[in-house]
Amino acid sequence: MNQLFHIVVCASVVPDPLQTLEPVTGANGPSLKNEMMLPAILDPWAAHALYEGANLARQIAGSKLWLVSLAPKAKLQQVMMTAAQKVPLQLVAVDGPCGGFVDAHQTAALLAAAIRKIPELDFSRLLLFGGWESASRSAGVTLQLIGEELGIVDQFQGVDAIKPQDDGSFEVLERIEGARHQVSVCTGPPAVLGWATGSLGEPRNDPQVGMANMRSIMPALQRATAGTIAPDGLQYSNVAAPKQQRQTQIVKDKPADEIAREIVQWITQE
Amino acid sequence: MATSVSNVRSETLRTLPDDNVRQILWRFAERYDLQMLVQSAREVARGPVARLVAEGQRANHDWTDKKAELLDAFDQSGITAVFMDPEQGGYIAGPKNLALALIAFELAWVDAGAATCSLAGCLALAPIHERGTPEQRAHYMALAVPPAPGEDRVAWRGAFCLTEPIPYVGVDTGMLSGKLRVSKWKKGDDPLLQVEKRGRFITNMGFANFVTAAVDSGDPRIKGSCMVIIEEGDPGVYDRGTPTRKLVHQLSSTCDPIFNVFVPASRIVGGYTVKDGIIIPNYSHSEVIEAVFKRTRVTVALMTSAKLLSAVEPVIRYQRGRFRGSEQAKPGSLRYEMGIQQRQDALHRLAGLWAIGEAGASLGFAAARLYDELDPLEREKASILSGKDIHGGKTELKFFREVNKSAMEVVRQENSGQTNSACYTDLKADPLVQFALKDAVANVLCPAAKLWNTGTGSNAMREALSLMGGYGITEDCPGFLAYKWMDSQLEATYEGPEAVQRRNLSVTMTSELFLAQFRQWILEMREVAGKRPGTGACSIATAMQLWLWTYQHLQSATDADGGALYQSARQGVTFPLADALCWLLAARQFILDVVELETKGPEHPVLAEGLPGTLSFFTDLCHIQAARSAGEVGRICAELVFGYNRHPAWDEEGYKGCYRSDELDSLEGLIPGISSCASDVVGEDGSHPVKAGPCASCKGLEGFQRIRTKLDGCLTGAQLAKDRAAEAIAKVMIPEALDYPR
Repeated sequence: MNQLFHIVVCASVVPDPLQTLEPVTGANGPSLKNEMMLPAILDPWAAHALYEGANLARQIAGSKLWLVSLAPKAKLQQVMMTAAQKVPLQLVAVDGPCGGFVDAHQTAALLAAAIRKIPELDFSRLLLFGGWESASRSAGVTLQLIGEELGIVDQFQGVDAIKPQDDGSFEVLERIEGARHQVSVCTGPPAVLGWATGSLGEPRNDPQVGMANMRSIMPALQRATAGTIAPDGLQYSNVAAPKQQRQTQIVKDKPADEIAREIVQWITQE
Repeated sequence: MATSVSNVRSETLRTLPDDNVRQILWRFAERYDLQMLVQSAREVARGPVARLVAEGQRANHDWTDKKAELLDAFDQSGITAVFMDPEQGGYIAGPKNLALALIAFELAWVDAGAATCSLAGCLALAPIHERGTPEQRAHYMALAVPPAPGEDRVAWRGAFCLTEPIPYVGVDTGMLSGKLRVSKWKKGDDPLLQVEKRGRFITNMGFANFVTAAVDSGDPRIKGSCMVIIEEGDPGVYDRGTPTRKLVHQLSSTCDPIFNVFVPASRIVGGYTVKDGIIIPNYSHSEVIEAVFKRTRVTVALMTSAKLLSAVEPVIRYQRGRFRGSEQAKPGSLRYEMGIQQRQDALHRLAGLWAIGEAGASLGFAAARLYDELDPLEREKASILSGKDIHGGKTELKFFREVNKSAMEVVRQENSGQTNSACYTDLKADPLVQFALKDAVANVLCPAAKLWNTGTGSNAMREALSLMGGYGITEDCPGFLAYKWMDSQLEATYEGPEAVQRRNLSVTMTSELFLAQFRQWILEMREVAGKRPGTGACSIATAMQLWLWTYQHLQSATDADGGALYQSARQGVTFPLADALCWLLAARQFILDVVELETKGPEHPVLAEGLPGTLSFFTDLCHIQAARSAGEVGRICAELVFGYNRHPAWDEEGYKGCYRSDELDSLEGLIPGISSCASDVVGEDGSHPVKAGPCASCKGLEGFQRIRTKLDGCLTGAQLAKDRAAEAIAKVMIPEALDYPR
């Protein structure tokens, strides 16, 4: 018999990656041009964590799943219209700033505080899920910091699979260098799992799941606590979107080794 | 909201209007069930549907396995279950007109055939939903709802079969060749009926498990026509027929089926009674159809509007990137950054198309919402009438004469500001009065949306395509614009072609109750104009006045030969007047929606940042649309008012209205300068100015001329609005790439 888990997924919202993402610097520091007006989605890395978490919760009877999110409330509500249709979840919302330029330490502190306040959460059963990086700036530190705030020492990053064992332990597949996985066995929760892509496809939208979720999500949004993030000395000396460069050559009958050598040479020049 | 006084606006549109804007414009910002439904339908549209189009599945009219995967996608995304009530396995309680309209809009944004495929299932169920017996509703809704997780059954699909092979065809003729006969009828048993029906262009027929078919009595023991439910397993012939070789909407299945089956009489939609040995269906086929089509036509109308609005982003991207890659267009140069958008015409035309798309969507969604309000009132009306033992026909018409008087009194009291009286409160609260008022408007809005959105929308789609140059008519064109243009011709045709909608309107728009409310709308538009002159509401108010004047004039006016003008057979009069009304209704509703955005937008935290710019742009679009509509109305009305008078000729009769040159000479002594004012002067030798004849007299038409002149003046500022909108389009930030196929 598997041990049941209390799975908390930390996920925020990011602008839809198809939008034009143009960094600008304003009075409050860097941001994206028209950021509030851009359509948002659930951070794709964290979304993988959510789908894996929901799958795990479904497999092990009695398990529970919470989605904890720090984001502007109205923006989060819009994103929930899609995200809430994917899997059954309970939302814990913190109304505050999010994005690529928000201090990860303060964000982690706010999220950790919100997690501590979840009434039914049993820390001895806690699996803290999230993305191993984010689509906002890819810093990939927030989840680790939340784990540290909560005193969770077993942390796994770049996770692609979790396999619960009968004795309450679980096996974790982590991505490592060289396109390989490292297999670890953790004796049991609590643990932090920063997900890579996992192995599950994105569930289809199901409004019936959404309608059931919304019964708790709308009240959760209404009682979302305000999370303040102070400037606190954080400064960005320069922000820019990743450069796109396109150099096309048409070459015939070149051996693969030589092509590979050229590509490596081109990359190392950057 | 910005005014038309200044041509300088500090804020302009920053991004393309998003869901937050749309939810306010179309009034579902408080309905998270509908917001989720939109996301769900969008995922299907931009995922599986778009992939099918991109893979070339539209190249074939046959129903393929790949296309059939759409049905699963509809089921799994909740699209199929929208039509059902929660107790039937659905998840949205109450009326669903707006919900279905939103689904159609989202699916048609990518492919209208997919939207048709989805909606045809609802259309099959609609007769049962609207007029079926409680048993029929419970049975077929439960069969059609997708299975719940763990449930081992296959959902039934339906088709609606009205249209027949030529000569009968369908929809409006009232004639049917499909026949219903009594096959066996043992005393005390349910009669067994034989249904013979050949269908034409029947959607979903390639896979339908049941069919709701319109048939006429072919047996003296059955009275009139009815709709009857046929099932796939019924004894007899259930032949799906030949697939229609259609060039459009290829993601839906269309066939010409043949049925010759035996069914129990309990399959008559709405049930029947037996009187003197004759089966009398409770509802004729036309009664059922009327109830069904007046709702489903709205969703069809919205398909074309969705496609037109979907064209905006690809056209902007094409225009901007038109010269990129050429030697002359260096990065950073105007040519590189703006492409064709350097030129005013490209921007002006796009602004015009965008305005038509918005106005169509506003009109369609307003009609859908109105039916959501009307549905419960209609049920209440039916219950009240049943309590009074009134069951349709002349008795109901007679009863409603009194109700309509009360409704007119409500309008009268509202116009005179007497809304505090107990009498007004009582009348206004009367569900029958409410029904009468809303029904009168819905009877106009529905055909107007179907006619205008699809007809004008189709023309506008062609223009949208032309803005993409040759690229527009290729399979590679982003947004599938060429398919969308071709498809729009079908939308203008199916569920009642344009002539049917015009005929429908030419009757419903003459309702006193509608006209009374129309008069109120003129005042409403003036009030809007008083506070928001930049919307062009004043020109719409004046155009509405002109339309009303023309309508009233045509009621009594005759043509040059003394023939009455406004009469059913004179479609040259009634149809154009119906067309003119549609322009007004669409422009008015667009203005009202933008007023809603102005009112509710500031409360929305996400919208607040860019709201001034969005409002400014939408206000200009309203103005563009108002001016275009006013122009159309002015032209149509002038043609009708003047066009049936015979032009005077240079003959004895014509000379009576002219000065003679010697007459003028003598008058010049008394009234100096009169000669220079007289235009039609006949010389002593019979010579006359070189033109068609003496100018036509406008006697009795001064009122029209006064309003028409005023209307022309009302166009002041409209082109400035177009300039501003064009500038906004040139600057608006668009996504890096189209978000479909995904």
